[in-house]
Amino acid sequence: MPTPRLSLEEMKEMAKTVRRDIVKMTCAAGSGHPGGSLSSTDILVALYFGKMNHNPLKPDWEERDRFVLSKGHVCPALYAVLSRAGYFAPDELMTLRQMFSRLQGHPAKNKKLPGIEVSSGSLGQGLSVAVGIALGAKIDKKPFKTYCLCGDGELQEGQIWEAVMTAAHYKLDNLVCMVDKNNLQIDGKVHDVMNIDPLKEKFDSFNWHTIECDGHDFDSLNKAYDEAISTKGKPVVIIAETIKGKGVSFMEDQAGWHGKAPNKEQCELALQELS
Amino acid sequence: MTWTTEVDTKPTRLGYGEGLVELGKKNPNVVVLGADITMSTNAGMFQEAYPDRFFSIGIAEQDMVGVAAGLALVGKVPFVCTYGVFASGRCWDQIRTTVCYSELNVKIGGAHGGISVGPDGATHQALEEISIMRCLPGMTVITPCDVLETRKATVAAGEMYGPAYIRFGREAVPIITKEDTPFKIGKAEVFRKGSDVTVIACGVMVHEAIETAEKLAKEGISVRVVNLHTTKPIDVETIVKAAEETGAIVCAEEHQIYGGMGGAVCEVLGQHCPVPVELVAVKDRFGESGQPFELMVEFGLTHDEIYHAIKNVLKRKKG
Repeated sequence: MPTPRLSLEEMKEMAKTVRRDIVKMTCAAGSGHPGGSLSSTDILVALYFGKMNHNPLKPDWEERDRFVLSKGHVCPALYAVLSRAGYFAPDELMTLRQMFSRLQGHPAKNKKLPGIEVSSGSLGQGLSVAVGIALGAKIDKKPFKTYCLCGDGELQEGQIWEAVMTAAHYKLDNLVCMVDKNNLQIDGKVHDVMNIDPLKEKFDSFNWHTIECDGHDFDSLNKAYDEAISTKGKPVVIIAETIKGKGVSFMEDQAGWHGKAPNKEQCELALQELS
Repeated sequence: MTWTTEVDTKPTRLGYGEGLVELGKKNPNVVVLGADITMSTNAGMFQEAYPDRFFSIGIAEQDMVGVAAGLALVGKVPFVCTYGVFASGRCWDQIRTTVCYSELNVKIGGAHGGISVGPDGATHQALEEISIMRCLPGMTVITPCDVLETRKATVAAGEMYGPAYIRFGREAVPIITKEDTPFKIGKAEVFRKGSDVTVIACGVMVHEAIETAEKLAKEGISVRVVNLHTTKPIDVETIVKAAEETGAIVCAEEHQIYGGMGGAVCEVLGQHCPVPVELVAVKDRFGESGQPFELMVEFGLTHDEIYHAIKNVLKRKKG
């Protein structure tokens, strides 16, 4: 049974559920990365409950679309989305970051959590992996797509731009990179720490097809994915403008919530806002 | 130095190229990635034979390893090739986190291992790969001793599952094995029997060890020579047996003294059968430009050095 395609309204509800999961998981763990998890939630919900061709009951299905989480620290969002899609029971979400949990602090392929394609967490590496998967699909003439989520701060890693070159060189139009552009990183604003803009012009000049969208608007995200899926001859980047900590007022647009878990009181407050 | 005189010589990198072509013929899923120096690593031999399965990634080693990881995820058997300094060091974190931690079937061909690279100097003389590759969980590390063994090692690496690093060199070196010499990953081979002392060596130093053993035989000293081509997984049994039966060990490698094959042997001996050990290796210094021959002498990687190491270790040997 493939994951049902959700309507816009259902996606909004699903996103709330995922955000509640993120808050509860990181609170229970006492650590983790809620800020980026909350900013990337809608990007992932739109993908897994709308556009991606996958089957949670057959995580190793050969024809599935692949997803690589290059910004591995936002795995609470991915774990919650995978669980809500049916890859594993939501109860397990509360084992986040515990010893021997399949839900390690950063994605661990060797823990064999269904839906995790590759280990990640050292930034800048996932896009290369996605390029390799997409290249392999081209070699075997397989029609599946490969999606990769990067952070905007992550684009400061040089390897990203090596992979950007490779993807364009091999005309990997089966590859879609989503940039969660929340404009914040641990040390502060991305443009202060190390400016990455103008991003659209950078990707354009590297011969990618560039789409900009509102990363918290499902209509905008859906249109972006549709355009990405139908693009021929070039890899596609979706630059999704987002807000770090989205959905929890006191976390929104605060770099301090990059890698800090809410305490019990903050968790309650956040859950009220997300009810 | 004897490697340019009485025996046939060929560069081990040629064996790597031949091994890739052989694998390509056997397994259509074998693919090779290059980082611009394909003729030099001999990955070009595969490119010529199977152009559809060769992918140029440009001078971008980190991306190359990541792309290989992705190809492995869809069932390919990717080999990445570049000089050992870059293959092991430039993309170490990519090998660690993306390849090894994900337990992916990526093979790394490290060319230009050792000081014998020659005139290019220290930047291109890889002397640390065994150390920094063998500390990675799940990684297999192989340093073949000649062109034939490099071919066998390349094929064997392609036929096993999991990450593997193959270290080979630039210069022509003596061919000391034959087609029917056994080669199995993780199984050290006794190349010469002996009872007074054992030299455990890898790469070109195996030949130097055999030279030394022949010289010492004339002095009545019986030297066992073990070809420890696989540093990881290490052959504990053969090493411990050599220690028990000969009571003294000399390790010889064209690599830094810290953390390399000799270090790996000492880890085994310290835990299972402590005996006196002498290490012949590069003594914690960077390389130099020069001719391979003069560099091997300058850096103490000759049969003379092994000879003195044996004399020293025999003085320390008990009873």
